[in-house]
Amino acid sequence: MPAPIRLRELIRTIRTARTQAEEREMIQKECAAIRSSFREEDNTYRCRNVAKLLYMHMLGYPAHFGQLECLKLIASQKFTDKRIGYLGAMLLLDERQDVHLLMTNCIKNDLNHSTQYVQGLALCTLGCMGSSEMCRDLAGEVEKLLKTSNSYLRKKAALCAVHVIRKVPELMEMFLPATKNLLSEKNHGVLHTSVVLLTEMCERSPDMLLHFRKVCLLVPQLVRILKNLIMSGYSPEHDVSGISDPFLQVRILRLLRILGRSDDDSSEAMNDILAQVATNTETSKNVGNAILYETVLTIMDIKSESGLRVLAINILGRFLLNNDKNIRYVALTSLLKTVQTDHNAVQRHRSTIVDCLKDLDVSIKRRAMELSFALVNGNNIRGMMKELLYFLDSCDPEFKADCASGVFLAAEKYAPSKRWHIDTIMRVLTTAGSYVRDDSVPNLIQLITNSVEMHAYTVQRLYKALLDDISQQPLVQVSSWCIGEYGDLLVSGQCEEEEPIQVTEDEVLDVLEGLLVSNLSTPVTRGYSLTAIMKLSTRFSSVNRIKKVVSIYSSSIDVELQQRAVEYNALFKKYDHMRPALLERMPIMEKTASNGPTEIMQTNGETEPSVPDTKHLPLVTQPANQANDLLDLLGGNDVVPVIQTTLPTKPASAGGELLDLLGDLSLTGGPTVVPAPAPSVPVSQPPFLLDGLSSQPLFNDTSAAIPPMTAYSKNGLKIEFTFERANPNPNIAVITIHATNTTEADMTEFVFQAAVPKTFQLQLLSPSSNIVPALNQGSVTQVIRVLNPQKQQLRMRVKLTYTHKGSPVQDLAEVNNFPPQSWQ
Amino acid sequence: MQFMLLFSRQGKLRLQKWYVPLSDKEKKKITRELVQTVLARKPKMCSFLEWRDLKVVYKRYASLYFCCAIENQDNELITLEIIHRYVELLDKYFGSVCELDIIFNFEKAYFILDEFLLGGEAQDTSKKNVLKAIEQADLLRSVPLHGVIQPVSYSAWCELASQHGVNQPVSYSAWCEPASQSVSMV
Repeated sequence: MPAPIRLRELIRTIRTARTQAEEREMIQKECAAIRSSFREEDNTYRCRNVAKLLYMHMLGYPAHFGQLECLKLIASQKFTDKRIGYLGAMLLLDERQDVHLLMTNCIKNDLNHSTQYVQGLALCTLGCMGSSEMCRDLAGEVEKLLKTSNSYLRKKAALCAVHVIRKVPELMEMFLPATKNLLSEKNHGVLHTSVVLLTEMCERSPDMLLHFRKVCLLVPQLVRILKNLIMSGYSPEHDVSGISDPFLQVRILRLLRILGRSDDDSSEAMNDILAQVATNTETSKNVGNAILYETVLTIMDIKSESGLRVLAINILGRFLLNNDKNIRYVALTSLLKTVQTDHNAVQRHRSTIVDCLKDLDVSIKRRAMELSFALVNGNNIRGMMKELLYFLDSCDPEFKADCASGVFLAAEKYAPSKRWHIDTIMRVLTTAGSYVRDDSVPNLIQLITNSVEMHAYTVQRLYKALLDDISQQPLVQVSSWCIGEYGDLLVSGQCEEEEPIQVTEDEVLDVLEGLLVSNLSTPVTRGYSLTAIMKLSTRFSSVNRIKKVVSIYSSSIDVELQQRAVEYNALFKKYDHMRPALLERMPIMEKTASNGPTEIMQTNGETEPSVPDTKHLPLVTQPANQANDLLDLLGGNDVVPVIQTTLPTKPASAGGELLDLLGDLSLTGGPTVVPAPAPSVPVSQPPFLLDGLSSQPLFNDTSAAIPPMTAYSKNGLKIEFTFERANPNPNIAVITIHATNTTEADMTEFVFQAAVPKTFQLQLLSPSSNIVPALNQGSVTQVIRVLNPQKQQLRMRVKLTYTHKGSPVQDLAEVNNFPPQSWQ
Repeated sequence: MQFMLLFSRQGKLRLQKWYVPLSDKEKKKITRELVQTVLARKPKMCSFLEWRDLKVVYKRYASLYFCCAIENQDNELITLEIIHRYVELLDKYFGSVCELDIIFNFEKAYFILDEFLLGGEAQDTSKKNVLKAIEQADLLRSVPLHGVIQPVSYSAWCELASQHGVNQPVSYSAWCEPASQSVSMV
């Protein structure tokens, strides 16, 4: 059998392959040869074969059949064999395979070998890939070597110990005695690796940290070593660009950081040396800056005095001006870490940081952006925003979403004026509109409704933006919502802030209809625009056109659009008298952090996105006569009457979508009407309304410690009240009424109405049904929420209407027997 | 340090050293993705990037990329110095090292790396010590041929040549190319 080809020859041959297939063929041929060679247990060439296998493995070919051969090589007596064997083990084996455990014995023997290079191989392999079992078995050997006087072995043993500790933390104690005089070594290799070992131990165990700090007095030792390094003259062996052993310096600084953290004494002991390093280190080359960087990190992390901290930040500031982009990157990263604690110091470098936004490097730009947002405050908002918006225009898409969110947040916190705020939002929407996060659409809408005096300006600007570009969905959605809301302001040309544009109703409708048909619009956007068109039916005069559009979409394939169109159609046909009220101007929504829209989502079974739900908040006003009735009840003006819809919440079939719509309304909050003659802008009680949503699940809470009471019992109709406290607002009492009927006939068209004194606020949610079955076969339940901020005694007037045995019945009653716990 | 990769500008892997336990499949995936990411970087960009939850430090020397993945507490700038030190060691050993040297003598590149770093940390901060250790270990592996111990490292060979008053060899790779005196065991 001819000798297997040499490694270098194989490499040369494989490199001549012109295609992947050719290479694969060569490899397969050689693998076959190697395999048969392994089978023959050839000792002479095993080393060569494994080496070739390792080469092929690096090219990406499977080499697992060589694993056992590596073990045989390790067991061999020849150094060459061992070297390749250990290399093979490190490359081909990993701790998942049981095979590696077979190595343990070999390694143990080699750790005690007479030749230090063999011992070195064993230590290296163990420290690189030793599993926890192996580490457990061999920790003793490593510990022994840690105490040897041979510095070649000692330094390797220290790093091997680090690995052992990482794998089996419980063994840390074992190495403690050996660390006693590690730092008195002169050999830099041993010093360096010892510091690494001590760092690992201190990081892992607070007890160890304390021990080293207090008992071993590590800090003075380290300070001394560091000082010697800096003060000593030129040492050719460890010199790097004029600095003495920068690797060791950096490691010592890092260990000092850990020792000084949250410890005043240690921090004080190192103040001087830190200042010395910070001021004396040569900064022309990367090495010097590496040391300064570590020093800055240490200064910022320990309890250093303020002068030192300012020095550190100034070093970072100088880094920012460095030509080397690596240094600038590192500076930005560190400043980001310190901006919270040393805000003012970092502010001084703001202009440099902002300049970094224009850097070519992606990582630097990202860091600069994050830092810029952290530095925005009330004083610099205008200037900073200009820069950031410019950045938004020109940055890569990966940044746009974060930058847009950041701009919104900053604008919300520090906007100097409403107009500026709206302008900024417009700018973001038009430049990065498609990258804006989904939740910003409802947030923006909420913001816009709040800036009442800017409505005309806002809608005008948004309309103009739509004319330019309808591809950015968030922009389109906000715009269509606004046009739906404030379209009347748009056509009447009321804008004060800028030159009002002349727009006709038809032009506006053209734009909105354009959105409906455009391929660029997502289904969500289409929903927005359809609703906007519908809303304009009460603000514009071209109602017929709107009717036509709406009826077209009632046969749309998109289920969402279809449902809306059908409901709106029904609104035109059957409930036209309700249309003005339904489509009224929205009340100002108070910001309730994240509670608002998401709550609505939960209670509303619909899959609509959150904003359209808030659109259903517009309140219903019942015909005026009923309102007056209740107004009369409790003596005219000191009463806030409550009117609620009489419709069940259960979704009805096709024709009943309108009921669904109004069912939504009552779910999202029973309307309250201010005792004013016209149904003008109703009083909004946003926290109340939204609380109402979150109370739905409370229906079944068992928290009622308040006893129930019978509020009304007459003619076979009995109404019981049960109480709960609403979370999170303790001023709200949640009353559930249970209406039962003991007569033989059902009570149909049952409506429960209630009124409370003026200091209270009442909210009626929709009833479970309007039929009270006969003979107690079931009950009608309904939830009332009473807000009682002044904790006055609760009183209520109730009005009941129903049809019994064909004839209508109506009754009024006062409920005064509320248990004290319900209003205290 | 979690791992170090050396790869060419075409994305061919020349050396891989892993200091964390990962399956072969994972290693391949990481290598592929990281190589792609680094090769996509423009020359003017900085040497650091965030990749997954690691910091990656890379530097190009001629046609080879040296790429290290370090942990969040590690100092990026000093890692650049570690990379540079390794290149210096290779350079001293091979004499004006080039990519071909590393291709044809990959096992030696590993030996040198393992003498410099252990478990991802530097064992010795003195260039001289590391080189001396490698040379001594090399001597253990060289085989007497024709009664003369053939040196295996370039620096040792230069030393020997100067001792014997012979011209210094031009370069390691030139020496390693098929010549009738090829003496390597592997």
